[in-house]
Amino acid sequence: MKSLEELRALREKMKSQTDNRSVAGSDETVIKVGMATCGIAAGARPVLDALLDEADKRQLHNVSISQTGCIGMCRMEPIVEVFKDGQKYTYVLMTAEKARKVINDHVVNGNVCKEFLIGEN
Amino acid sequence: MFRSHILVCGGTGCTSGNSMKIYEALVDRIKKEGLENEVHVTKTGCFGLCAYGPIMIVYPEGAFYSQVKLEDVDEIVNEHIIKGRIVTRLLYKETVGEDGSIKALNDTNFYKKQHRVALRNCGVINPEKIEEYIAYDGYEALGKVLTEMTPQDVIDVISKSGLRGRGGAGFPTGRKWQFAKNSPGKKKYVCCNADEGDPGAFMDRSILEGDPHAVIEAMAIAAYAIGSDQGYIYVRAEYPIAVQRLTIAIKQAREYGLLGKNIFNSGFNFDLDIRLGAGAFVCGEETALMTSIEGHRGEPRPRPPFPAVKGLFGKPTILNNVETYANVPQIILKGADWFASMGTEKSRGTKVFALGGKIHNTGLVEIPMGTTMREIIYDIGGGCPNGKKFKAAQTGGPSGGCIPAHLIDTPIDYDNLIKIGSMMGSGGLIVMDEDNCMVDIAKFFLEFTVDESCGKCTACRIGTKRLYEMLCKVTDGTATMEDLDKMEELCYYIKENSLCGLGQTAPNPVLSTLHYFRDEYEAHVRDKRCPAGVCKKLLRYQIVADKCKGCTLCARNCPVGAISGTVKEPHVIDPNKCIKCGVCMEKCKFGAIIKA
Amino acid sequence: MVHLKINNIPVEVKEGTTILEAAKIAGINIPTLCYLKEINEIGACRICVVEVKGARSLVAACVYPVNEGMEVFTNTEKVRKSRKTTLELLLSDHKKECLSCVRSTNCELQKLSNEYGCDENRFKGARTECEPDSSTSYLVRDNEKCILCRRCVAVCKKVQEVAVIAPARRGFNTHIACAFESDLADAACVACGQCVAVCPTGALHEREEIDNVRDAINDPEKIVVVAPAPAVRAAIGEEFGYPIGTNTEGKMFTAMRMLGFDKVFDVNFAADLTIMEEANELIERVKNGGTLPMFTSCSPGWIRYVEYYYPELIPNLSSCKSPMQMFGATVKTYWAQKEGIDPKNIYVVGVMPCTAKKFEKTRDDENASGYPDIDAVLTTRELAKMIKTSGIIYNELPDSTFDNPLGEFTGAGVIFGATGGVMEAALRTAAETITGKPLDNIDFKQVRGTKGIKEAEYDLNGLKVKVAVASGLTNAKQLCEKIKKGECDYTFVEVMCCPGGCVNGGGQPIQSAYVRRNVDLRSKRAKALYDEDKKLKIRKSHENKAIQELYKEFFEKPGSHKAHEILHTSYVNRKKR
Repeated sequence: MKSLEELRALREKMKSQTDNRSVAGSDETVIKVGMATCGIAAGARPVLDALLDEADKRQLHNVSISQTGCIGMCRMEPIVEVFKDGQKYTYVLMTAEKARKVINDHVVNGNVCKEFLIGEN
Repeated sequence: MFRSHILVCGGTGCTSGNSMKIYEALVDRIKKEGLENEVHVTKTGCFGLCAYGPIMIVYPEGAFYSQVKLEDVDEIVNEHIIKGRIVTRLLYKETVGEDGSIKALNDTNFYKKQHRVALRNCGVINPEKIEEYIAYDGYEALGKVLTEMTPQDVIDVISKSGLRGRGGAGFPTGRKWQFAKNSPGKKKYVCCNADEGDPGAFMDRSILEGDPHAVIEAMAIAAYAIGSDQGYIYVRAEYPIAVQRLTIAIKQAREYGLLGKNIFNSGFNFDLDIRLGAGAFVCGEETALMTSIEGHRGEPRPRPPFPAVKGLFGKPTILNNVETYANVPQIILKGADWFASMGTEKSRGTKVFALGGKIHNTGLVEIPMGTTMREIIYDIGGGCPNGKKFKAAQTGGPSGGCIPAHLIDTPIDYDNLIKIGSMMGSGGLIVMDEDNCMVDIAKFFLEFTVDESCGKCTACRIGTKRLYEMLCKVTDGTATMEDLDKMEELCYYIKENSLCGLGQTAPNPVLSTLHYFRDEYEAHVRDKRCPAGVCKKLLRYQIVADKCKGCTLCARNCPVGAISGTVKEPHVIDPNKCIKCGVCMEKCKFGAIIKA
Repeated sequence: MVHLKINNIPVEVKEGTTILEAAKIAGINIPTLCYLKEINEIGACRICVVEVKGARSLVAACVYPVNEGMEVFTNTEKVRKSRKTTLELLLSDHKKECLSCVRSTNCELQKLSNEYGCDENRFKGARTECEPDSSTSYLVRDNEKCILCRRCVAVCKKVQEVAVIAPARRGFNTHIACAFESDLADAACVACGQCVAVCPTGALHEREEIDNVRDAINDPEKIVVVAPAPAVRAAIGEEFGYPIGTNTEGKMFTAMRMLGFDKVFDVNFAADLTIMEEANELIERVKNGGTLPMFTSCSPGWIRYVEYYYPELIPNLSSCKSPMQMFGATVKTYWAQKEGIDPKNIYVVGVMPCTAKKFEKTRDDENASGYPDIDAVLTTRELAKMIKTSGIIYNELPDSTFDNPLGEFTGAGVIFGATGGVMEAALRTAAETITGKPLDNIDFKQVRGTKGIKEAEYDLNGLKVKVAVASGLTNAKQLCEKIKKGECDYTFVEVMCCPGGCVNGGGQPIQSAYVRRNVDLRSKRAKALYDEDKKLKIRKSHENKAIQELYKEFFEKPGSHKAHEILHTSYVNRKKR
């Protein structure tokens, strides 16, 4: 270790490993993927993977991504719920591509991907 | 990025409850499910709530599973990890709200009043991965010190913070460092006292097991401050997990160049070695510890010369305990004012206590100095089990004293404890209820010091033995009132004449109980009676004839045939045969047997 | 300089002085038990506690350094009470066998208990119980009398660097023991008895042989011969109240006769004999390229040290028996033949300043006549005890002298008792043998004195002789290491096991730590020997008439076959692998 910068770079890198190791704070974006039998059967896993991958790539430390149980609308699975700024957004019939777009447009830039929201289609 | 973290406690308490098997089973299952890239399983240091181990916490939900068994692993993975359904039956009941919602751990009574500084990383990071420590701001303080501060700056910050030694006497840490810095000499040493020996105290072990790098970082900071390049951690061999994690931590710190030559390119060199103690309590005394590191029989040396002038191998040396060091990086990073804002005027910051004895939540708690005994015992500890009445609390281990119930609202800090005849010590807090005999308690602690006295000075070697024998006379019912005065006189003699702190404080349990519970002593001496019904020699088991139905159960269970009587007639106990084992009383279904 | 007040008396002392020393300067004595100046300064016994204004508790004066403006009180009620309690506690775990104890009236614990009036047994309780260790032929340890002052431990470790004893166990069960609590006989102890000499109580004493000697005297069959070592005469007077360093040789001879010894000879004679053999051996080694440097072999503790710790240096040891053994061997061969007595009926008693001699007499290859060369060894203390118990008023005895022929000695023999003495005696003889000319000055002052290691170089007729003299095993160890590494080129090395040589041996009268603090026993006792040397007309061993006669009548010449058989011995490697 030859400088503080070096230490800090390592710390930033390591942060992604330890993100999610706490209960989400109120200022944090929480993303939940329905991962009950129905969700998994409908392809929730690649969605979850894409979300995690995208968050990692963008070094998003203020985002908590986790799975949840059956949300009750099995025909709409895979379902992704985003809790942001005190609002809840439910994206349905998700795919990996859609998931990446949600991260990019909604989570990072604050533009809700209306086209994927429940009730929109 | 992981979507979920499973933290399994790898402290000694949970490990002995098989938590490592649980950890392995979890890792296996996660792998089998192909989830290893989304779910991270980590073993951490102690969470503190040892009474409910093995403990596991799953984030981001913060589900706090307690008393987990190996068989529960599949359910946790199937339900919680795969399907996202929390396994409610395994949750620590305090974390489940009345409506069934999960409360954050920090909102539970046990954690609510706690303020974790020394223990901040325990139960959070994997102590065997330096990267995790770094992710939680690890070594930032060392970097700051080496690149932005002079040694005197460091000492000034520590002094200003008001940090005092957490190992016993509470000597101001900054002043200790200043003495060592001012001592002339090229070679100086930085030592860490991890020879935690007070019965019931295990905060140092927990820190070493949960956050070893904090201690290493602090020692490097101390070394920079006083001008040392070599440190020793003296840790007892009975702490195998701590030793193993320290060893790993030192190795990793060396690999990252955080120990060794030219750290942070500052020209500062520092390295560390571990020395194992063989389990002698006296080696927690600073000069005895150094004598032991030097390879001799661990015995204290007269002071002066003080270690800051002439310590290890005759060189200027500082010695701090684990908990003291664990505070240091935080103080550097957050500033002296932040630290000084916690606690009381003369005792800043927080203190870790090990709760034990007659209390619901046994375990480790870290609270700001000045918290009252009542808050610790009732709010955090949950009070005495089985509705028993709280009688006294013992702090400071064998060097401390017993604090009676009427002083329960005393805010705990160094000076208050001394004032009421006890001391902080390393932070053991043992709760006693109405079933404890205070003479017996004093005897218990004194027996410990009699055993652990090194035998060097007369006052401690023979004095404590004689004192112990006098206490035995009291509990045997053979002491006289003059003996009580003689005991008190001997106590003061031992305090005044002993060579080291062990002997000087050894009479405290006796003195404090004599002071606050003299009536109990007098009951033993005058009435030949032990009010708590503990001292066997003074006990009589009796059968209340009115209540006895003559069922013969007691007579059949008596191991020495001391009970006689005809069926359906009241029985009697022959006091000459009775060995006072209490089996009859346990067996009697009618409550006909009483202790008198 | 530091200024302080002790009992309100202003004192000015050097920085680093302890309260104990400062008090002495102010004319105040503070009692001590564990303290042994420069050897044991550990503050363990707590008898020297004093009050220091502002200090949290009492402090141990023996280790507490003074500082400017300090106010010390050595005689307050609290201090006196504390000291008394300390004594009472020590006594509560003590055998209290004072009536019959070997150290009664010369016991530091007894003296203090008396001074502080510890007449009541206030702290009855459990007592350490253990069997005395009498596994060796020279020493007895009775831990039931031990007060754990650790003076023995310190002297063994720091002065002799042998460290065969240390505290074992802890707390109330602490006791002094060998490693793994083995018997002393199984430890690599050199038998020097320095531990006995510093013990404040009766926990350590020599294995007494007084009864054996009395039995021999009472046996009409036995001719009992006694001979004192050189150093005995310089110290035995201390047992009878003479000032340290008084030579009471004449009274000693008279007393020995009164005790019933049949013949009173002198080991000084054998010391001269040793010089003849040793000087010859040295010259032979130099001439024939034998192992050099040659070590003296008079000190049995030193011999054991080499055997245990430096067996590779055994070839350097002179093969000469010690003067005592040479004496016994000569009595039982030459004198027995001359007087026509069966050696079986001769009982030879050596009076020695030494405990190791009690071991030496049991060595293999020390029985030239077929019977042990020496039958009994009494320490100086034991002889004094015999004299006292026989009702002999030592101080009023007339002087007398030794019997002939094995009593006559020269100044060279006398100085054997002090460090450097053997070397000087050997040099006197070797120089004249090599040069064939009488020496102008026979005082080899460079090898005298109590310095731990002394070195000198002499030119004897073109032969350069480099010598070294060491006393105390710490110093011996330094020399051995240098020799092992080939870092020196000595020809002849004298080593005495005890610091200062035999005058300070483990069998000499015991002086309290207080006396040892204020008096240099070694130089005072040595002076008595050098004074006698100066007074004597004949001061070179080879000029001893009785010796010359002995060779003429019996041994022919030094190093002869017969001399080898009777006066030389062999050594064993005792190092444990």
